Amino acid sequence: MASTRPNQLFRNKSAKIAAIPMIVTALFVFVGGTIWTVVYSFTKSGLLPRLKWVGLDQYERLWATRKWLVSIENLAIYGLCMLVLVFVIGFILAALIDQKIRFEDTIRTVILYPYALSFVVTGLVWQWILNPDFGVQNVVRGWGWESFTFDPLYNADIAIYGVLIAGLWQGSGLVMVLMLAGLRGIDQDVWKASRVDGIPAWKAYIFIIIPMMRPVFVTTLVIVVTGIVKIYDLIVAQTGGGPGIATEVPAKYVYDMMFQANNLGQGFAASTMMLVTVALIVIPWAILEFGGSKRHD
Amino acid sequence: MIDTPSTPLTGPQGPKPRKSFSRRNIFLYGTLLTIALFYALPLYVMFVTSLKGMPEIRLGNVFSPPLEVTFEPWVKAWSEACTGLTCNGLSTGFWNSVQITIPSVILSIIIASVNGYALSNWKFKGADAFFTILIFGAFIPYQVMLYPIVIMLREIGLYGSLGGLVLVHTVFGMPILTLLFRNYFTSLPEELFKAARVDGAGFWRIYTQVMVPMSLPIFTVAVILQVTGIWNDFLFGVVYTSPDNYPMTVSLNNIVNSTQGVKEYNVNMAATILTGLVPLSIYFVSGRLFVRGIAAGAVKG
Repeated sequence: MASTRPNQLFRNKSAKIAAIPMIVTALFVFVGGTIWTVVYSFTKSGLLPRLKWVGLDQYERLWATRKWLVSIENLAIYGLCMLVLVFVIGFILAALIDQKIRFEDTIRTVILYPYALSFVVTGLVWQWILNPDFGVQNVVRGWGWESFTFDPLYNADIAIYGVLIAGLWQGSGLVMVLMLAGLRGIDQDVWKASRVDGIPAWKAYIFIIIPMMRPVFVTTLVIVVTGIVKIYDLIVAQTGGGPGIATEVPAKYVYDMMFQANNLGQGFAASTMMLVTVALIVIPWAILEFGGSKRHD
Repeated sequence: MIDTPSTPLTGPQGPKPRKSFSRRNIFLYGTLLTIALFYALPLYVMFVTSLKGMPEIRLGNVFSPPLEVTFEPWVKAWSEACTGLTCNGLSTGFWNSVQITIPSVILSIIIASVNGYALSNWKFKGADAFFTILIFGAFIPYQVMLYPIVIMLREIGLYGSLGGLVLVHTVFGMPILTLLFRNYFTSLPEELFKAARVDGAGFWRIYTQVMVPMSLPIFTVAVILQVTGIWNDFLFGVVYTSPDNYPMTVSLNNIVNSTQGVKEYNVNMAATILTGLVPLSIYFVSGRLFVRGIAAGAVKG
């Protein structure tokens, strides 16, 4: 549709003036800011940014820091589990809701409301529910199972899974809604045909419907992954990175280095690593999605 | 559910009538009910905890309804809860958030809608390039641009102020909102635009008198998207404002996770609900429009 709009109208001055905020944002903030951070990640900036080159020192130090390695490991665990589970849960929920059920709106509303809440609220609620003295553990023990232990936020080995529960609760509604939109976009004839062929429903989902929903899956994947890499507020609110450094994540490492440890160079190097991670996912996606065919919209 | 492939297109049409108490239905509704309960549980826990007194919390479990309902935690959360040394409750944060959210929503929507309008009807050379950068910018982790923006705001004297945060929200809201408006405006019939041109209307006149009045639904979606997004923000609030100007999410976190004093879980939960109340009300009132707002995030341009 990007065909030529009235081209005789060359008095496009107003449009250009109107687009100044967009141009400034795109060039100065997005491109400029990104380049600036990448450049300064090769400097010895401490309390203030200074152009004193140190080569790859910041990166070497970054990858030798335990807190960063733990952050990366946590992000990998959280990210992989989140990715798999949020898609499984989101898709199953969408498939269940798609069965022409009654009270569809009510159920969808209940499943999606956590998504309207902030990560801070999410983190604090789950911090409370997972509190071993008053929350789930205490309740189950009250039922008579005295040795029941469920204290993810106080056990460094599994603390990240406590965060995962909260993340899933908050985010699965979004995936459900997107998947549901995808399922609704499938022609009913496909279902009829598969039924005529006697294909069981689960097989039809896996081998026919899901492959047909590829675009929805890809877009959802990009949204979910970029969200995972950004995870910050949830950690701050729910665990503060603890116990110890058990639930640190890269975004928090960046913040701590820049605004608390007065170690800007480390912050820049760490945020550049985050950028690289996102780029590794977004660029192939963009090439696949927009590169091949010119036909769009 | 395999229909016997008998003679097609004869006899009764439509899906096979189902008994309402079939095994399938019991399974389906049972599963959905369990899931819905799991999702609803935290909200319920927040409410009951906030209505209990501390002695009752220490004795009981988080799921039991309050034996004695008290609204004191709510009052305390609103006006007395402490963050460090100051004890003004959440009210300051609330008003800060209001002061941040209203101008940010208005400014970001005005700018993005004009962008979208320029991109769909007044395309100039290079416009698409900037738009592409903008969309890719949406994927850049905020952490990468965090510090350069600190410097920019400091240069223009807005670092630490509410005005600075408003600008930041406008900038980061721009990609998704511009996409939203661009897609909407391109879907409007081109004849309208042409007719207005023939009548001699210019850029701004067509925008204010033709485009805006025709686009109220998409403006509503944008408002919902922005109000919830900005209200729920934590990172920008903590980075770009000073403690006096902290938005509600930041004061909430400071109240609940402050290490001083005895933990008052009921006050904490009351504070948590109070913070979630604005986006929750918007969500429950707006219903389908909210869904449309987030689906817009998934629509590719």
